[in-house]
Amino acid sequence: MTTADLAANERSVPRFGSFNSTLVRLELRRMLRNRRTVIFSVVMPVLFFLLFGTGKSYSDESAGHGNVAAFIMVSMALYGAMLSTTGGGAMVAVERSQGWSRQLRLTPLSSTAYISVKVLVAMLLGALSVVVTYAAGALTGAHMDTSVWLVTGVAVWVGSLVFAAFGVFMGYLLPSENVMQILGPGLALFAFLGGLFLPLEEMSPTFRTIAHFTPMYGLNEVVHAPLTGDAPGWAAVVNVLVWLAVFVGGAVWRFGRDTARV
Amino acid sequence: MTQTRTLRRPTGGAVADTLPAIELVGLTKSFGAVRAVRGIDLTIAPGEVVAFLGPNGAGKTTTVDMLLGLSRPDEGSVRVHGLEPGHAVRRGLVAAVMQTGGLLKDLTVEETLRLTASLFADTRPVGEVLERAGIADIADRRVGKCSGGQQQRLRFAMALLPDPELLVLDEPTTGMDVGGRREFWAAIREDASRGRTVVFATHYLEEADAYADRVVLVSHGRVVADGTAAQVKSLVSGRTVRATLPNADQAVLQAIPGVETVEVRGDSVIVSSTDSDAVLRHLLTRTAARDLEVTARGLEDAFISLTSEGAQS
Repeated sequence: MTTADLAANERSVPRFGSFNSTLVRLELRRMLRNRRTVIFSVVMPVLFFLLFGTGKSYSDESAGHGNVAAFIMVSMALYGAMLSTTGGGAMVAVERSQGWSRQLRLTPLSSTAYISVKVLVAMLLGALSVVVTYAAGALTGAHMDTSVWLVTGVAVWVGSLVFAAFGVFMGYLLPSENVMQILGPGLALFAFLGGLFLPLEEMSPTFRTIAHFTPMYGLNEVVHAPLTGDAPGWAAVVNVLVWLAVFVGGAVWRFGRDTARV
Repeated sequence: MTQTRTLRRPTGGAVADTLPAIELVGLTKSFGAVRAVRGIDLTIAPGEVVAFLGPNGAGKTTTVDMLLGLSRPDEGSVRVHGLEPGHAVRRGLVAAVMQTGGLLKDLTVEETLRLTASLFADTRPVGEVLERAGIADIADRRVGKCSGGQQQRLRFAMALLPDPELLVLDEPTTGMDVGGRREFWAAIREDASRGRTVVFATHYLEEADAYADRVVLVSHGRVVADGTAAQVKSLVSGRTVRATLPNADQAVLQAIPGVETVEVRGDSVIVSSTDSDAVLRHLLTRTAARDLEVTARGLEDAFISLTSEGAQS
């Protein structure tokens, strides 16, 4: 045995497929360094809330366990979290197009650890969207029962996992560096049809019917339920579960194909 | 050609028992109808500095990809220090500097290294690899703002992190200017002198000649020659003399010292030789040859002649 062979035996493989806190920290820093990401995740939801939710005649009307300003705040937090998590997941596309994914295959990082970091960072950014939008609401007249602040906030955040899966799915499907420019208009449409910007009652019956099948509709109903006090309809719950299954399934399928490609 | 191995690692007699750094056996790989690699056998001992020399499309990158576990051979096996490439990569035994891409533009140089380091079980300190790759002064620069040469040295620094036994470089100086190329090779050479096995793919003969102990010529997915840089250089150092000479005596021309081949095409004669002066002297003084033309034989010609020889035998 020579030194080289000994070295081969002594060298170890990192634990957890190389998942580590330095990686998560640097990935998060990268995200926050991207001006466009910050604008979409933090600035836009707050701005939309201030525009549509505050200082209006309806702002302080009751919406159940809180006021209409709070209702709009929850919608905008969901919108921001959706943009954050989709964008975070879709980073996969950027990294594939820049050859970074290939570079990572020359390290011990496992594919599962890689995708876990992407989803975790996407969810952390989503949490930032929710916290900042809720802080803006608290400072400008949104009122809810204390427990409702917590429950809706957590619901929005956990629910945005659906869109982290959507982002990863699209990230593997679209081999483009400008993936969010493609997804942006689609997300705006989802938000509109989900009733985030405009109550569905104000849409034409045709639109309303279509809206019930789009991916934001169910989640929007569910996250507002603790505030309005109305239990979400079955259609909404089924909508969330079906889209979650579609996006997670799609992400797993594309991810599997990607790692098998040798 | 005889295969020569110059071992730089000062381990003397122990080397004979060592597992090879690289062992490729009967490697083939096709992409649809294109047979990129058509059966490569190659053994590289620890400490060797080997150039993988060939024209574009020879199958160099395909072979390098299989060596690194980035793609799987159709047939044959790859062993790196006795391990499958993927296992060798996870243990940091092998690292690579790829041609392009593979960097995140929105990280700084130092962050890229810290991120990469976090993925391995054991690494050299980030400060040390920054110094050795000669990029300590640009540690805080965004990768997107670095020049091509600086990015390449960052890739080199990343490859140094796990302190690999084997360093693989795929066309590492593509797109660099002369100065950048020289600095890059100085860093590699300095590193190789510490005993690391280095394998680099290149299509520049000068690079192979200047930096490798052993040159493996690849053409059309096969190894066509394997020897020292000097041996390979002599293969391609000749010149071709072309002249108009009706009724040329092929045997006489063939007898001139240094002449390798004589070809007669109608009134033209084409002589390739390692001593073109002797051929010219003969043609001008002893024959009625006119319209003389002398061209240097390039690597491409050497590849063509080696490949066609291989096909004949």
